[in-house]
Amino acid sequence: MIEVLIDEAVLGLMLIIAVGVLYQRNLFAAAMLTSIYSLLAAALFVVMDAVDVAFTEASVGAGISIILALGALALTCGEQKARPVFALGPFLLVLLTGAVLIYGTSDMPAYGDASAPIHRHVAPRYLEDSRGEVGPPNVVTSVLASYRGYDTLGETVVIFTAGVGVLALLGRRRRKAAKPAEEEA
Amino acid sequence: MEALGLYNYWLVIALMMTGFYIVITSPNLVKKIIGLNIFQASVFVLYITMGKIIGGSAPILSDQVSVYSNPLPHVLILTAIVVGVATTAVGLSLVVRIYAAYGTMEEDEIVAAEREDP
Repeated sequence: MIEVLIDEAVLGLMLIIAVGVLYQRNLFAAAMLTSIYSLLAAALFVVMDAVDVAFTEASVGAGISIILALGALALTCGEQKARPVFALGPFLLVLLTGAVLIYGTSDMPAYGDASAPIHRHVAPRYLEDSRGEVGPPNVVTSVLASYRGYDTLGETVVIFTAGVGVLALLGRRRRKAAKPAEEEA
Repeated sequence: MEALGLYNYWLVIALMMTGFYIVITSPNLVKKIIGLNIFQASVFVLYITMGKIIGGSAPILSDQVSVYSNPLPHVLILTAIVVGVATTAVGLSLVVRIYAAYGTMEEDEIVAAEREDP
C-alpha cells in the first residue's frame, strides 16, 4: 500500500516537472529539468524493483542524454523565441489521445497484481531455471546476455549506426570550420 | 483498491501526453527533442509498472525471497533506454547542422527561409 502512495507522489512530481519544461523558455533550464525528470523516473524504478533499469536511467537518461543536449545548445543558441504556449488544436488532439489511452487501461490488471497475465508466461521460467541454465543470481543479467542475447546484439548495432550517423553529420562541419567542433558521441 | 490500481497508469498517460504536447506545439527543434525524451521516459515507466508485483522483490535470486517482480520488462527497457540515447544523439546533431545552415532552429523560421530561397 505504502509503495503505491510513494509511486503516485513521485509521478506527481514528474508531472509538475514536465509542465515546467513546457513553460520554460530557457533551453538550458529545460534540459536540466529533463535531467531531474529522468532522475525521478530512476527513483520510481527503484520503488518498482527495477534496480538495473534505475542504474541505467540515472546514468544514461539523466546523465549522458542531457550532456548531449547541453553540447548541442552550446553549439547553437540557448533561448527559445517567446510564443504563447497554449494552442487549442494540439490541446484537443492531446486530450483525445489521452482519453483513448485511459479508456484502453480500463481492462488492464490492477497495479502490482501477481495473477496478471504478464507474470504467468515466460517470466516464471526465467526465475526458476536461469540459475541452473545461465548462472548469475541477477535474472535480468541472465535474460539480457543469454535468453535475449540477440536483442542486445541489435542494440549494439543501433548504437554503432547512431555513432556513424553523428560522425557523418558533425565530422564534415569540423573540417570546414576554423575552430574544432565539439565531439558529440 | 481497483480504481487506485489503475490511477498509476493514468498518471503515466498524463506524463506521456505532456511530452506529446511539447513535441507537437514547440516550434523549437531542441525543445521538441526534449519533449520526445519526456514521452520516452514515461513509456519506460509504463512498462516497469506492468512488471511490478506488490510485495515482490528485485529479480536477484536469494534464499530469503520468494516473490520476485517480472524481470522481462526490465530487460526490454534497458535496451530501450540505450537506443533512446542513440536516437537523441542523432537528432541533436541534425539540429546542430540545421542551425549551421539556417542560423535558427525555430521550425517556422526555417520553413519561411525555405520559401524565400528554395
